[in-house]
Amino acid sequence: MTVTTPSPARGRAPAPTPPATSPRTARRRPPARRTAATRTLISDADLNRGRGRLVYRVTLVTMAVLFALIFIFPLYWMITGAVKSPVELAQPTPTLIPQTWHPETYAEAWTKLQIGRFLLNTAFYTVGGWLIQLVVDVAAAYALSKLRPILGKLVLGMMLASLMLPAAALLVPSYLTVVDVPIFGVNLLNTPWALWLPGAANAFNIYVLKRFFDQIPGELIDAASIDGAGRFRTLWSVVLPLSRPVLSVVSIFAIVGAWKDFLWPLLVLRDPEAQTISVALSRLSFTGYVTQNEMFAGLAIASLPMIVIFMIFQRGILSGLSAGALKG
Amino acid sequence: MAVITASRAHRGPNRLRRRIGDNLQAYLFLAAGLASFALFSWYPLVKGVILSFQQDNLVVPPYWVGLDNFRALFADPLFFTAWRNTLEFTGLALVFGYAVPFVVAMVINEFRHLKGYFRIAVYLPVMLPPIVSVLLWQYFYDPGSGLFNSVLESLHLPTSDWTQSPKMAMISLVLVSTWSNMGGATIMYLAGLSTIPSELYEAAELDGASVWQRVRHVTLPQMRFVLLVLLLLQIIATMQVFVEPYQLTGTTNEETITVMVLIYRYAFTVNNDFGLAAAMSVLLFVVLAAFSAVYLRLTRNAD
Repeated sequence: MTVTTPSPARGRAPAPTPPATSPRTARRRPPARRTAATRTLISDADLNRGRGRLVYRVTLVTMAVLFALIFIFPLYWMITGAVKSPVELAQPTPTLIPQTWHPETYAEAWTKLQIGRFLLNTAFYTVGGWLIQLVVDVAAAYALSKLRPILGKLVLGMMLASLMLPAAALLVPSYLTVVDVPIFGVNLLNTPWALWLPGAANAFNIYVLKRFFDQIPGELIDAASIDGAGRFRTLWSVVLPLSRPVLSVVSIFAIVGAWKDFLWPLLVLRDPEAQTISVALSRLSFTGYVTQNEMFAGLAIASLPMIVIFMIFQRGILSGLSAGALKG
Repeated sequence: MAVITASRAHRGPNRLRRRIGDNLQAYLFLAAGLASFALFSWYPLVKGVILSFQQDNLVVPPYWVGLDNFRALFADPLFFTAWRNTLEFTGLALVFGYAVPFVVAMVINEFRHLKGYFRIAVYLPVMLPPIVSVLLWQYFYDPGSGLFNSVLESLHLPTSDWTQSPKMAMISLVLVSTWSNMGGATIMYLAGLSTIPSELYEAAELDGASVWQRVRHVTLPQMRFVLLVLLLLQIIATMQVFVEPYQLTGTTNEETITVMVLIYRYAFTVNNDFGLAAAMSVLLFVVLAAFSAVYLRLTRNAD
């Protein structure tokens, strides 16, 4: 997101930098000096006055501490809770730093709770679902945007209409469909297909992809076909390379969504061997078979992949989220 | 361009054949998507409506019962309890999960420092699998050795039974849910705030508007669309709440049973009655579809 980058089109001309300064020092100018393009409710002048400055500092620090306490501390508690002994966790006064260190809890939880299996299951469902979703949605969006078949508008409309169907309302009939797929007559319970097939076509993705493809000039497509490229070749060599940004946004959301899903996997993966880590952790929590520190280890391991993805792609995730939600 | 004029020049059967070929190819690309929609979206929609008028428990073949399922629903006191609880959850979630993030976003937006930190911190819980957040909070809520009561005790404040107390149970559920979801709303508010033209604030300031007046006459009107969209999204999402009541209070707790939990219970645990569950789903669908329709209308007009 480029929230703080002044846009040259709107704001005043960029402040001239003395020729001697390198770009690095130029970026390190006082943060309070901003251009007109980014001013908000309260002006810089207000903030730089004596009282305003004090209020600003106090609010900033208070908020920073509150955020750490509310949003980051629980994660710290989870990660360090795992290395505490069960006795320490159960005592009435909580300890901020573990008194005794038991990092082996992570290893114990890994084997005792079979976390490796559940993680692998989840990764398999997630990656498979993501690839299938990408192939199906890109093909559909390409057809609707560039091949424009008859009734294409109707098809798109019917797909978009499905966005109005809350997943919750379709829960029971979808479950019955998975148990006995019409025409094919197969039962998909406890198979990856029970997660992959219902998620394959995503109206929101198709819409976002189609709108992106619409912006690719028809001249490029025509040029490719003059060069003798078929429909598939055009998609592969012209459209897809131009669509990298939208593909990555769609991908991230497909992966995060699949990893976080709970209710649907709970229904269709009754067999403990086939379960995702979320479903397995919930099931294990009801059994009393797991100690609290082992559960903390399990929770930490289950969160790790998504947190890593978030740390790597946070720019794309945060801006994709705001763009997708407001303009999708 | 050249291709289009060239193809227009072709007349007769050649052109027709070409058009049929093009459409076949297009539908080949669409086939997988259409199949998936047909099987897992359009068909279940029809099937759900049919099911709501049928008796179906996977034991005997389904048969028609007319409005019996709906009559059974209205005769079940749990039906009203579930709806009341769901509305209570949605209402509380609007206070915590809708209003609070807006205020938070407005404050963060004024900061000249640490913007990245705030955005990442608030979104971190959103990345956790929901069951992880809920299980983590389950340990915080523990009336015996849970973190919350320990802290309250050490501060000599009254402790609570949290999820186990009828008075606090729903609030406890909303708190977890808000903690794990408020990042999304905050980020969208921040995106909305960043699009407000600074000229408006400057003009208001020159006219002598106080900070509060600037909020009222610039920020709020400019954010109207974002606020409306998020209101609808919040309502649609929170009315389908499941993980929190399922994990924290179970499917039998009358204080916190929600519409989704009751659907789950009708279909998969106690009754094993898919018709009854489908009837409840149809009612939920009607309510949510109204909100969805408004949402889609709004967002499509926005383009």
